[in-house]
This record gives sequence, C-alpha cells and structure tokens, in this order.
Amino acid sequence: MGYTFQFGTVLGYWPQFLEGAWLTVKLSAFAMTFGLAVGILCALARSYGPKPLAWAAAVYVEFIRNTPFLIQLYFVFFALPNAGIRLDPTKAALLAMTINLGAYSTEIVRAGLESIPAGQIEAGRALGLNRLQIIRFIVLLPAIKAVYPALTSQFILVLLGSSIVSAIAAEELTAFANTLNMQTFRSFEIYAIVTLIYIALAFGFRAVFAGVHAVLFPQRAG
Amino acid sequence: MLRDFGLNEVWFLVLAARWTLALSAVAFVGGGVVGLLLAVARISPWRWLRVAVSGWIQVVQATPMLMLLLLFYFGINMFGVRIDAWTAAAVAFTIGTSAYLADIWRGCIQAVPQGQWEAAKALALNFRLTLALIVIPQAVRMALPPTVGYMVQVVKGTSLAALIGFTELAKAGAQMNTITFEPVRVFGTVSLLYFAMCFPLSMLARRLERKLHVGSLRVQAL
Repeated sequence: MGYTFQFGTVLGYWPQFLEGAWLTVKLSAFAMTFGLAVGILCALARSYGPKPLAWAAAVYVEFIRNTPFLIQLYFVFFALPNAGIRLDPTKAALLAMTINLGAYSTEIVRAGLESIPAGQIEAGRALGLNRLQIIRFIVLLPAIKAVYPALTSQFILVLLGSSIVSAIAAEELTAFANTLNMQTFRSFEIYAIVTLIYIALAFGFRAVFAGVHAVLFPQRAG
Repeated sequence: MLRDFGLNEVWFLVLAARWTLALSAVAFVGGGVVGLLLAVARISPWRWLRVAVSGWIQVVQATPMLMLLLLFYFGINMFGVRIDAWTAAAVAFTIGTSAYLADIWRGCIQAVPQGQWEAAKALALNFRLTLALIVIPQAVRMALPPTVGYMVQVVKGTSLAALIGFTELAKAGAQMNTITFEPVRVFGTVSLLYFAMCFPLSMLARRLERKLHVGSLRVQAL
C-alpha cells in the first residue's frame, strides 16, 4: 500500500469546510421551509381544491417523484435560461430542491389530511370557527403532527440530497470538496472528512427536529 | 449549435438508458442480498450484533449517496488500487441500498406477530428455521409493496453515477446538452425516459399495497 494519510494538509482548509457546510445548512433549511409550504398548498389543493387544481397537483407530484433530482436540477439550471430566467447556481439549486421536496411533502401532508375525520371539521364549524381557523387548528396542525416523522425523514433526505447540487457547481460542501480534490489530490482524506461532516449535520438536524416536535406538539399530562 | 436534436439523438439517449437499467439491477441485487443479511442481523438473538448493525444502518442513512460514490471512486484509487466507475458505483449503491432495504424489511419481519415465534419455539425450531420457514414467508407479503416502491428510488439514484463519469442516462443527457444546446428537449426526453422506467413501478407498488391490504410503510428518498 505505502499510502500516507495526510489529514493535516486537508484539515488546514477547515474554515472553508465550515463555510461550505454552512451554505449546505442554509440551502437545506430554506428548501425545507419553502418545500413544506409548497407541499401544504398542493396537499390542500389535492384534497379540498377544485378538480382541475387537484389534478394539476397530482401531475406535479407524480412527475417529480418519478424522475431523478439530478435531472430536475439540470432542467432548472440549463433550460430555464431559455425562458429568460437566469439563476446563479445557488438559486437554481434552491429552486430545484424546493420543487423536489414540494412534491414529496405534498404526498406526506395529504396522508395527514386524510387522517382527519370529516366530523372534526363539522364540529369546528358548529363551534363557529371560520375557514382559516378550521384549516389551521383542526386540519393542518393535527395532520402535520400525524405525519411529522415521515416529514422529518424526508427533510433529512433533502439535506443529504443537497450534495447533488455540486453538479452545477454551487458552492456548498460537496462542491468545495470537489474543488479541493482537484487542487490537492488528497481524495480519500477530503471525502472522508466531508462524509463525517454530513453525518454530523444529519444527526444535528434530527436533534433539532426532535426539539421542534417537543415545542410544537407538547405532551399533555394525563 | 454543433448538432441538431433529432431522432438519432433520442435513440442515443434510449440506448444510454440500458446502462441505467443495468446499474439499477446491480444496485438492487447487491443491496437486496446485503440488505437481507443486515435485516436478519438486526433481529438476531445477539444483542451486540443488533446494536452494531443498527448503528451502521443509521450512519449509512446519514451519508449522502453521492459521498459514498466519491469516496469509493476517488478515495480508493488513492491507495493504488485501480477501481473503475462500474465497480465503485456497484459497491457504493450496494452499501446505500442495503441500508434502506434492511430497514424496510426489518420492519416487515418485526410486524409478524410474536405468537408465531413462540409457536415455532414450541415446535422446537431454532432461530434459522423459524426465520426461513415461518417468519420470512409471512414478511414477504408485507414487504412486497414498499420494496417495489423503493426500486423507484434505486432507478433514480443511479443517475448519481453520472457524477463520477459513468455514462448512463443522466450523463448521456448532460453530454447531449453540451453538443446540441437544446436543454429543454434533451432534459425533457431524459425525464420522460426516467418516468417511463419509474412510473410503472410506482403504480405497481400502489396496486400491490391495495391488493395485499397492508398498511403503507412509507418509502422515501430524493
């Protein structure tokens, strides 16, 4: 073998690794927020919207879920400029991630909506709640509570999938690793370190989701 | 424009899809065999083995698939072991796929009622025989829909091999895009080809779920 590990050389770039990781965290967090918003809207459209709207949402979901994220990313980055929409790599990445997560979270939230018995909505109406109050307190919150585990594991997949946006040279963690690899050729050290950073990020996000769960859906005593 | 995007170019992409199918088959078979071993290890009578395997699965599920590919393709080459894109992709996809399949299948094995294990014990069957004759045949029924559903993720996931230079459908699309400058048509065609491979699997998974009357064990991936 005769291979000497040189983690020292690579670790000299620690600040840049952190910078890349921070961009990965930001990208993922924004994609999760926007993706969930898209998912909630499309799920409401699919479950309660008029036929054409429900149908459009269904087509969107099926098409995105049955094509790879990489191709969706290429499409956003290379094809949108044809329509006059020119995005820098990071914005293109965020848009592609949002579109992708939007489809998955539509399906997840919809499963939650379907778990709400119709009687609950009627009861809300009987109590004189208005439409928005019913959607917020009776439909959405319990629905999201029901599918929270599925939603957060999808969020983790968004974090991991964000590495794919390095394909269009956004400047997140994996893209930085690729650049550094070409400069130093310490491939094993670089990708090993980056893998460990991703694992740490994934566990970190999981801990945050557990915390959010505790705040949003407090366990009532008794 | 160096070249028009015509029927020949579409045919080129169709031929490239063969490699996507070949990679998918390797990933699914490799991931299936290793995944079954992991799933069984996860419920074995030995605590240390269960803990070790469960930790391994969690770590792999916190690692981006792309990192596994880069680690094996660039990382292993550093040690003077020549590894081509095929081998690197096969190993990386096997590791990634097996972690997710193991989780799905463990859930199915554990969903077989405890009484079946006890009855087998009463009949003096050992762990191996109980698993092979009693538990797995019942678990397969439950495992079928989520497994077929996960195959969609496997097919889509193979697109990442493009990023280590393996010429399958996604890479062929990217190449075609650089010589035709027709991103809408090129990536539109590529998307449709992926859709044609994935959508039937998605439909089959849904039909099996309904037919076998099993609760949906949600399969997720980017």
